[in-house]
Amino acid sequence: MSLGTQTCRRHVDIFRAIADPTRRAILDELVDRPGQSLFEICGRLIMKHGINSSRQAISQHLQVLEAAGLIRTKREGRSKLHWFEGAPLTAIGERWPVSTDEDIEK
Amino acid sequence: MRIHLTGVFVDDQRKALRFYTETLGFRVKHDIPVGEHAWITVVSEEAPEGTELLLEPAEHPAVGPYRRALVEDGIPLASFAVDDVGAEYERLVAKGVRFVQPPTDLGTVVTAVFDDTCGNLIQIVEEKAQP
Repeated sequence: MSLGTQTCRRHVDIFRAIADPTRRAILDELVDRPGQSLFEICGRLIMKHGINSSRQAISQHLQVLEAAGLIRTKREGRSKLHWFEGAPLTAIGERWPVSTDEDIEK
Repeated sequence: MRIHLTGVFVDDQRKALRFYTETLGFRVKHDIPVGEHAWITVVSEEAPEGTELLLEPAEHPAVGPYRRALVEDGIPLASFAVDDVGAEYERLVAKGVRFVQPPTDLGTVVTAVFDDTCGNLIQIVEEKAQP
């Protein structure tokens, strides 16, 4: 089965997005507590990971993650909150499924 | 030099005064009529001679966009110290306060953020004892 150009491009975006350690830390924190504001994400990165990036820089990281489909946002009241979206990573698992001993021996 | 006064802009000064006294538990320090508004400050019951918090009318045209942008990103306008964030969270939730961030352990501090019903987000902070 060949993958469409669209899918390949999407995968490139995903790999680029998760190649950065700050962006991986953001995803870890959103798994820890879904639905965080920019302020809460920045606080967790500073206090738990020692990542002292500016809010502006973190905001740009969030845009990269959202463009790659790894983050979803929703307004709650007057605040914008962020959620982790794992579906794009599932697609990678389908492209390269876990090998069994049988796959390798045959 | 000491910090004498700081403030938050509020949509409705009377509603704000009720929230900051009856719900949060601060004490009125000044309530002086100024035109159709008032000079209202509150202080902590635990430090009545400490920093005053001014509840300032939000009518200046710059206040709307300023507060909207901060609330959108979840940024609190003020931060109050408490002994136990978890206990304050339970106390305030029971009074109907809406938290946008539940108590979160950040290592050296525990924080939470709530909506003051007057247009602002407020953070409460507990400094954890160092082992």
